[in-house]
Amino acid sequence: MTENVVHKFTRTVPRWLPRVAPVKLEDATEAQLSALQVTPSNTKVSDYVLVLAHDVESLAVRSPLFNAIMYDEGGLSRAERELGALGASIVNRCIYCAAVHAARHAQLENSTEVTDALFANGAEADLSPRDRAIFDFARKLSACPSEADASDMAALQEAGFDEAEILDLILSTALFGWANRLMHVLGDPVRRSDAA
Amino acid sequence: MSDIWQTTSLVEGGVTEGGAGSAAATLRASVLEKTDAAEQAVLAPQDCGAWPADMRAALAARIARLNGEEQVAQRYAARQQGQDYAWLADPAQDGRDKGLVEVITFMDKVARAPKDIARVDIERLKASGTTDADIVRLCELNAFLAYQLRLVAGLKLMAGTAE
Repeated sequence: MTENVVHKFTRTVPRWLPRVAPVKLEDATEAQLSALQVTPSNTKVSDYVLVLAHDVESLAVRSPLFNAIMYDEGGLSRAERELGALGASIVNRCIYCAAVHAARHAQLENSTEVTDALFANGAEADLSPRDRAIFDFARKLSACPSEADASDMAALQEAGFDEAEILDLILSTALFGWANRLMHVLGDPVRRSDAA
Repeated sequence: MSDIWQTTSLVEGGVTEGGAGSAAATLRASVLEKTDAAEQAVLAPQDCGAWPADMRAALAARIARLNGEEQVAQRYAARQQGQDYAWLADPAQDGRDKGLVEVITFMDKVARAPKDIARVDIERLKASGTTDADIVRLCELNAFLAYQLRLVAGLKLMAGTAE
């Protein structure tokens, strides 16, 4: 099994193999079913969400927060929020999150140029000034402790980001400090062809 | 609507009503309210599992210190009602004499270097008697803190209050 784990960054979304047992739908409590948004017409729930259902209070508040940070109107563009998410996921080596959000970035931009460059060359990738400012900030904010400083904030301002856009970048990057610590810690990314 | 100006994220991030960053914070009031709800859900849930609220507050203070956020650490630590877990807030304590070494080793590694976590780290927790549900609870606590501490660090830079 181990040899089927994906270790290289890719836009091909792997299968997520949990390291702990997901909650079984037939054993789920009312609170779990409600947080899972299971209805008679919607009984398809991913293993990832079924694992998170073990801590139902967190799951119930996390999903709306996640959606608000990544999709609410105004502020930073959708693609640029994905780039913040990707910066965090690369630092934390969350292959699964990086694949999902690199694929979304490529889809939104209708181009694989930026994510190809990031996967090939990491921090040394050749990026536009705007993407460079985003990626450097996201990468440094994702360290423990954060390595982002006033010069990174100045670089964002010089690249033309306004205050609302910068807050959205902070939020989308920080959010993947959270998501990566669930996805990368609680499961393995495995090749789809190995799916049972 | 809760008062976003009193939330941990804005207070510790140094963003005040009318000050630098406040217009952006107002635009994202809903996110900040949801962040506050998530803080409550990981630090003082109704079902704590094996990890009581005082232990969660002390672990939060510890992780804030690993992130170089002393003031946030003190804020989390102040949530403790008693002193049973206060020692945990000190990153130098490894829990060896308290039967918590596996839990603390895991939490420190997830906070500091999540990239280095592998299947074996979860297996070690299981071998120490931690249930699957309690493993997920530890991860959610740690993961939320990673988010909030980075939000605070970013807000400080925005507000110009970073040390």
